[in-house]
Amino acid sequence: MHIPDGFLATKVWAPLWIVAAGGLWYCIRRVSAELQDRAVPLMGVMAAFIFAAQMLNFPVAGGTSGHLLGGVLAAALLGPWAGAVVISIVLVVQCLLFQDGGITALGANIVNMAIIGSGLSYAIYALTRSAPGIRAMRRPDPIIVAVAVASWCSVVLASAACAFELALSGTSPLRIALPAMVAVHALIGIGEAVITCLVVSSVLKVRPDLVYGVAGGQS
Amino acid sequence: MKLRGMLFGLAAALLIALLLSPFASPWPDGLEKVAADRGFLHKGEGKPVLAAPIPDYAWPGIKSGRLAMRIAGVVGTLVVFIIAWGSAAMLKVKRDGAGHVTRASGHRE
Repeated sequence: MHIPDGFLATKVWAPLWIVAAGGLWYCIRRVSAELQDRAVPLMGVMAAFIFAAQMLNFPVAGGTSGHLLGGVLAAALLGPWAGAVVISIVLVVQCLLFQDGGITALGANIVNMAIIGSGLSYAIYALTRSAPGIRAMRRPDPIIVAVAVASWCSVVLASAACAFELALSGTSPLRIALPAMVAVHALIGIGEAVITCLVVSSVLKVRPDLVYGVAGGQS
Repeated sequence: MKLRGMLFGLAAALLIALLLSPFASPWPDGLEKVAADRGFLHKGEGKPVLAAPIPDYAWPGIKSGRLAMRIAGVVGTLVVFIIAWGSAAMLKVKRDGAGHVTRASGHRE
């Protein structure tokens, strides 16, 4: 969902650069206030893993592919602030080194995939995890249920934000862009949820202390 | 600090980039597909505003497309790893106030 140069009008991408910069500044402040020793190497590993996993496009219906965005994966292990920072680092490197996502659209891509896809989607994860009826579940683990719900939502919400940006830019009218983007990303979101659940449940088995907000973890 | 789990994670990332990246689906992603179907793909196909050194995850000058992608993947994985670890380490040092940050080094392993 990396927006290239040319899709967004200046009146759309320029303010989004400011939103992205402001959002990241706030995230970095929160990270530096609460960062624990063990989260330092974990931020490196999460960035590496998400970058590599984003290269692996998987086919979905109709000659379309999708790949992991990793926002909820990063946030489940690192919390919303560090999660958004890690995804932003991946997006900046993809843009500057690999031309994946345009430099003008970088702010929009950070807003969509890091701030909405990681930071905001963490709120969906936290709410789901502590929702009555889910909180008390033994199996599946409430963390996994919340990861599944939030990771699917993260992809769909990011695609909806992207559709609004395209519409505001006059690239594609909202009544066309929104249903089209949401429909295809509702499918891609299933892949996102499956991969995120697999990774988080493996981490829960091997190193439960690495999951953010788990007893003995780094919250 | 228990680094074994971390090394395992980094190794997994590097192996994905090295072994699996060439087998990713070549189909357009969700946004590209919508752009193609709705007739605005051409808007994104002009000259990029800023030319990147390794466009489309293909290391320049390598004839084999698969090898070019493996190299680009491994290099990219290491670059984000170092930047993310380095930034986290810097934030930590700054917060702890353990001496002042003299140099923004990306290599605090």
